[in-house]
Formats: sequence, C-alpha cells, structure tokens
Amino acid sequence: MTFVLLAEQVLNGLQFGVMLFLMAAGLTLIFGVMGLINLAHGSLYMVGAFAAAATAAATGSFLLALAASLVAAAAAGALMELVVIRRLYGRDHLDQVLATFALILIFSEGTRWLFGSFPLYLDIPDALSGPVTLPFGIEYPRYRLAIIGIGLAVATALYLLITRTRIGIQIRAGEEDREMIAALGVDISRLYTLVFALGAALAGFAGALIGAIQSVQVGMGEPVLILAFVVIVIGGIGSVKGALVGSVLVGLTDTLGRALLPAVFGLFMEPSAATTVGASLASMAIYLLMAAVLILRPRGLYGSA
Amino acid sequence: MLTERRLNILVLALLLAVPLWAWIANEPFTITLATRAVIFAIAGVGLNLALGTGGLVSLGHAAFFGIGGYAMGILASHAQAYTAIFEWPVMLEGTKSMPIIWLVAILASALAALAIGALSLRTSGVYFIMITLAFGQMFYYFMISWPAYGGEDGLSIYVRNGFPGLNTLDPIQFFGLTFVILLLVLGLVTRLRASAFGLALGAARQNEARLRAVGIDPYRLYLLAFTLSGAITGLSGALFADLNRFVSPTMFSWHTSGEIIVFIILGGVGRLMGPVIGAALYVMLEHLLGGVSDYWQIYFGAILLAVVLFARGGLIGLLVGREVAHD
Repeated sequence: MTFVLLAEQVLNGLQFGVMLFLMAAGLTLIFGVMGLINLAHGSLYMVGAFAAAATAAATGSFLLALAASLVAAAAAGALMELVVIRRLYGRDHLDQVLATFALILIFSEGTRWLFGSFPLYLDIPDALSGPVTLPFGIEYPRYRLAIIGIGLAVATALYLLITRTRIGIQIRAGEEDREMIAALGVDISRLYTLVFALGAALAGFAGALIGAIQSVQVGMGEPVLILAFVVIVIGGIGSVKGALVGSVLVGLTDTLGRALLPAVFGLFMEPSAATTVGASLASMAIYLLMAAVLILRPRGLYGSA
Repeated sequence: MLTERRLNILVLALLLAVPLWAWIANEPFTITLATRAVIFAIAGVGLNLALGTGGLVSLGHAAFFGIGGYAMGILASHAQAYTAIFEWPVMLEGTKSMPIIWLVAILASALAALAIGALSLRTSGVYFIMITLAFGQMFYYFMISWPAYGGEDGLSIYVRNGFPGLNTLDPIQFFGLTFVILLLVLGLVTRLRASAFGLALGAARQNEARLRAVGIDPYRLYLLAFTLSGAITGLSGALFADLNRFVSPTMFSWHTSGEIIVFIILGGVGRLMGPVIGAALYVMLEHLLGGVSDYWQIYFGAILLAVVLFARGGLIGLLVGREVAHD
C-alpha cells in the first residue's frame, strides 16, 4: 500500500469520523442535559436527508437543500420533543428505549409511505465536484474535503456555543443540576426543547451531507445511530469533547481496518482466505475497540466517574 | 375476579386451543402463526429473566437469538451436504437431530452471553443499553461479511430437522414440541425466581447497595442471569430457524432485539407470562394490521407508544390491575 493510498484512507476515516461527530454530539448533549436515551436520533438524520433531497429536486439548489435539512430536522425534533419525549424525562430507560423505538417505526414507515421504497439521490453541487490535488500529490474528492471542513467548523461553533454563550451556560448548568437551574428562573422546558432541536438539526445536517455521497433511503439512519452509540460509549456519555475524540477514533479504525486488515493477513495467508478473514475482522474492529476501552475505562475516555 | 394466576392458565389454554381448533378445521397457516407466537414467547421469557427480574435492559438479545439460529443452520447445512464442519483436531460432522442442535444452540449462546455480559456488566444504565446494542450489531455485521455460511443471503435448510418419535414436518406436531418447551422454560423460570438466586436477583434490581451490604456481589448474580437469559433466547432462535427452515443475518438485526423487548412490554414487565401474552398479541397484530395496510408498522408504532406512555403495566396490568415495579 503506497503512501498516497494510505493518506486517502486516513482522510476518508477523518471524513467519516466528522460525520459521526455531528450525530454523536446531539445524542450526548441530549443525554447529558435531559438524561434521555434517544433511539429515534437516526430518524432525524433520515428526515434531514429526505428534506434535502426533496428540496434539491424542486429547486436545484444545494445550499437551499442544506438549509431545508436543518429546518426540517429541527422542526421534527421540536415536534417529537413536545408531543412524546417530554413525557419520558422522569421515566426509566426501558420506557425511553421503547417509546423511541416506536417513534422509529412511525418515522420509517411514514417516510416510506410519503416517498416510496426507492432511494432518492442528491447530487453534489458543481462547485464541489471533482478531485482536488493536495500536497505530496494526493488526489482527493473536493466534496469529501469540504465535509471535513464543514464538520470541523460545526465542532468549533458548538464549542463556542457551549463555552461562550448564555445558552451554553444554561446547558452546562443543566448537566450539573437540573432542579437548581429551574429554581434560578431558567425556563427548563424551553431549554429542553431547544437542546433537542439543536441535536436534531445537527443530525439532519449530517444526513443531508452524507446523502450526497450515499443514497437517501428509509432506514439510512440506523447504522449511523449505532455507530454513534459506540462513539459515545468510547468518549463518555455527556461529554462533547469525548464525542469528538471518539468519532475520529471510530472513523479511523473502521476505515483503516477495512483498507489494511486484508493486506495485513495477506502477508501470511492465501489471498482469498486473507480477504475473507480480513473483511470479517474489519467489520468487528470498532466493537473490539469499544470492548478494549470498556476494560480499561468503563466510563469512557472523558466520562465522569 | 380475574387474578393473574387465572389469567395465566386462561392464556396457556387459549394458546393450546387455537392451533388444536385449526388442526381440526384444517387451517395449517393458523398453526404456523401459533407456533411463531410460542417461539417468540420463549425468546421473551428468556429476556424477561434479565430484564424483568434483574432490571438489565439488554438491547442485544438478537445476538443470542441469531446464534441459536445459526447453530441450527450450520449443523443442518453440513448434514444435508454430507460435509464435516471441521476435520482437525477431531472429526466433527453436522446433524439433523433437534435435541443435539438445541444443546449446541444453548451452549453457544450461553457462552456468548457470558462473554458479552462479563464486559457489559462492568457498566450500568444507559451504557449497558448502548453496549449490548453495539455487541449485537457486531454479530450482525460479522455474519454479513463472513461468506462461509451464506453471508447476507443466509442459509436454507430443505427439510425440517427431526425429533425422535415425531414427524416434525406435520405443523401440529411441531407446534406441540415448541409448546412443551415453552412450558418447561416457564417451569424453570418459575423455580429460578422462587430460588435464593432469583430472590437475590430481584433484590439487586431494587437496591444494589443494600444487597452489597448483606454480603452478596450483584455482578455475579447479574452475570448468571444474563447467561441463563441468553441461553433460553438462543434455544428459541434454533426453534425459529427450524420453523422457517431458513436463517439469515436478519435474526441478528437490532430490530429483533427491539421486538423481543416489545413482547415483554406489551404483556407486562416482570410478570411471568408477560412475554407469552405479548408475543401472542404481537403475532396477532402483525397478521391483522398487515392485512389492513402495507404500512402496518405505523399503526403498530402508535399502539406501542400508547402502551408505553399510558398503560405501563401492559395488557396484564390492564386486566389484573396493580402495576409491578420495574426499573
């Protein structure tokens, strides 16, 4: 494997990780502030992707499509919170799991009913299509590079939002002590809806960005949701910094595992057996990473004890 | 007055009467539906030991269901192709005999549950839910990317496996077999719940600190409960594979894990017969709503949401009253 190929795989892993971060950040914030496990987060990712694909088909504008994904996912998230999630805050995790599982069924089948079973496609805008040449002669798709840039920009914005603004202070205070900030006069139910809509918007945005690389279809959010859970377990629940580190770790492990493991096994096995064993092990790599983190730090890398 | 005990007997009687009626009326499809409900019920009773009695919300029981299924698929596919599973260090051949397949399914899923449990039980609460979900998905992706046993397409078994003295291809005889297994499993779980282990497990769910104070380590209780629970669910997976004569990675899908929890919640958490009623209700709803609309899962999702939000005791709670505490 040449240096150029390896560099491309590292960039792919970074791009994957950055997208996972957009999902995991919302999930971890929602858990940190409201103590809620939300399985339906993947549905919000799907809502964002479908809103973007429908808008792009109607207007032809990619920017409008991205804006639509943000608005639609935030609106769906706020609605979800007001109608269902609000009733689950005091409940145990089993009720939360089941209610949000029911929401997945409703959202998935509802989307299938509206858009049909066939996947939709979202085209990469002309300005971002084609490859770009990086130093050392690395050719890399411009769009994927843009995703990395956008993701890092969103991570920075989220960091500033949480550390520098009034809303951020309330979110951090909410993670520390819910009753206390309610007693200090913060409208806690408005804050909850806001955090939920923010997490939803991030997920929907990720869905739209990825929708242009993959196809937009029902159930697209669930594999990403489960990877986001792995990220959170590795990073520590409630920690946005942990989500960022965990996302990049998971993104790199998965991508590099798939690219390298078959080659590594090829050094001492027959090619066909090496491909089989390598591919099977690569599909388990991130879960083994999770198991290793669990043995060393059961509360995750940045989790509070 | 409808007590829980009378309701339990009524439900088991109904579960037996419907397929018997269908046998007389010559409606084999109804017998198949009832068999499906009984097999799901066994899976649910298995999970309920960990979830209802022990309070361990596992969202990864599809792993054990799938391992049971593949135990059947792998053994039977080798037997039907007359090839050995491996020849070294010892010659091991496939089999079409149900008792052996069940034993392998139980042992394999118990072993997997022991390993997953040992890791996952280092944490609790939300971490536990996410980790069991992730380990379940690990098996799913492994089975898809491992081509030896069909990969994504799964495995078909042409003839249902045999049980000494029975013709398992006759729907009513296969139903009888699964029903007896359900009764045995229910009997086992009843005895377990009344044993010192079961009482301590229930105490661990209610107050871990107090249990520690009297000198019992909750971790070992949880691990034993999780392993037994996985083994029972594994057995139901082998039966499910035999019912369909087909296994595929879908058995490992996390939707399967979700559905097994749904059986428990529809019936009533922590009740012995909760999963049995829930599984029967699920199969009925699946059949009835599926006939009404292709998008039946929307209605099913709405019903599930209503049960979780407004009827926390499940159907047993509605009929008998008095909610059982769970957490």
